[in-house]
Amino acid sequence: MAFIPHTPDDVARMLETIGVQSIEALFDEIPAALKITALDAVPPALSEMEVGRLLMERAARDGRPLNFIGAGAYEHHIPAPVWAIATRGEFYSAYTPYQAEASQGTLQLIYEYQSMMCGLTGMEVSNASLYDGASALAEACLMAVRANRASSSRRVLMPRAVNPTYAKVAAAIAGNQDIGFEPVDYDREQGRTLLDALQAYSGQDFTALVLQQPNFFGNLEEVGALSDWAHANKILVIAVVNPTSLALLAPPGRWGADIVCGEGQPLGIPLSSGGPYFGFMATRMQYVRQMPGRIVGRTLDVEGRPGFSLTLQAREQHIRRSKATSNICTNQGLMVTAATIYLSLLGAEGLERVAAASMQRTDDLVTALTRVKGVRAAFSAPRFHEAVLLLDRPVAPVLAALAHRGIVGGLDLGGSFPELGPALLVCATETKLDTDIGAYAAALSEVMTQSRAGAAA
Amino acid sequence: MSNIPKDLQYTQSHEWIRRLGDGQVEIGITDHAQGSLGDLVFVEVPDVGRRVKAGESCAVVESVKAASDVYSPVNGKVTASNTELASRPELLNQDPYGAGWLMRVELDAAAAAAPFLSAGDYANTLAEAAG
Repeated sequence: MAFIPHTPDDVARMLETIGVQSIEALFDEIPAALKITALDAVPPALSEMEVGRLLMERAARDGRPLNFIGAGAYEHHIPAPVWAIATRGEFYSAYTPYQAEASQGTLQLIYEYQSMMCGLTGMEVSNASLYDGASALAEACLMAVRANRASSSRRVLMPRAVNPTYAKVAAAIAGNQDIGFEPVDYDREQGRTLLDALQAYSGQDFTALVLQQPNFFGNLEEVGALSDWAHANKILVIAVVNPTSLALLAPPGRWGADIVCGEGQPLGIPLSSGGPYFGFMATRMQYVRQMPGRIVGRTLDVEGRPGFSLTLQAREQHIRRSKATSNICTNQGLMVTAATIYLSLLGAEGLERVAAASMQRTDDLVTALTRVKGVRAAFSAPRFHEAVLLLDRPVAPVLAALAHRGIVGGLDLGGSFPELGPALLVCATETKLDTDIGAYAAALSEVMTQSRAGAAA
Repeated sequence: MSNIPKDLQYTQSHEWIRRLGDGQVEIGITDHAQGSLGDLVFVEVPDVGRRVKAGESCAVVESVKAASDVYSPVNGKVTASNTELASRPELLNQDPYGAGWLMRVELDAAAAAAPFLSAGDYANTLAEAAG
């Protein structure tokens, strides 16, 4: 089926009008060697029925494993109305609409979203969202360089306890704009960043300090003390936070964050193979002109009636061109729609219950798993809903054996944190029942016993 | 026709320079510049103590329809900046050569005199651009 509406007659008339022999002639200036004439790696087309069958077969191969991985994306219960409402025709668009003010309903929704994010983070202004948590951190680093006029170093302190994928994305995006990152080690016993580690940098010129709360290991950083140290050294504080945790933890606006960002996926977005998700960002009003992204404001029209409009657009690239705060000029509209509905359905109390239940389930999980011989908790710091376990043998074969039993057992930290030895990052949210945790503990015990027997034989 | 005081010097990029006598200059943007930008909603001025180089972006003026950088016409150190504009950006629309000044700069001793435009030359530049 062709998706080009022009008939051969239309095409012939258009070519005649502009005096060109063929459509191919329009591409003459591209050297023949650069043109791709066939897509050899693409298999022949399948019918709709064949594609449907293929995908069903592949999906069945995934099975329905019990999932205990978090590491930045979290499995939460999503009430059915969230996506039933978000996929209504009126909302069903991926982006901020063009001629945005003609879509007052969409703008009102984004305004409500921004208000909720300000409430959660304790900040004064939120943008309409960014692509994902990692790119939001990269944007926050770029923003800090613009906003911190007391610093000229363009250097950012990046604790190793920050999600290593986020650190890589920030280095890929901001690093190519001449911003340097200084890793700060974590305490091996507590599993968090100590004030002592930062004090080695006192008196030096740094632009920003990134603080992830809870950190990548799930542990709670002593953010108040770390943030005070940063401000005493004229360093801006970028908080990377899990929005669910904010129902229980002090909002970053209260402990001194200047820019808050993070991954919005836990708020009603399914895991779905890694995306689409959305990033959020909020800041203090004094830095609003350095913030990237779209911002919706509430205003009055000429007749004094309330309405919504995109505001502070002089930051954006359609006005500011190369000096814009970012070259990303849209948001994750549909994901934000779902998150706003999720938050309004749960309310403050519901979100707090999700957070508290997740914290409790992870506690139960750690208790159950550390009863297994050869498994112990890695760190002593208080945590939210993730924990690092140390095994007495390599992690990968254990995870493979668990996968055979229908359990996704966690993330092997060996790649990013080899100094920990065999380490496994696990997470349990409110979706895990006692029986699930029991099943994981029993399977782990079996796997560990069998492989010990195997090793002995 | 926009107002171009005779006692000031100008740049092609629409800044004005007032010699203050003691090795300092006062810098702002011209009546033509503020008129082209329209109603200003935000002005960002440099911090006192900052060293600026000729041609370097040192301030930002933002109107409802555009945002522009202001370039320092001189090399030197910022000795004062008009922080009043943060809360009252309209001063720059109302009085670009007076209450709407942006910053004062102490000139580097070694700096050679830059080829600024006289009021007449600046008026010609505007006329040519309009023509």
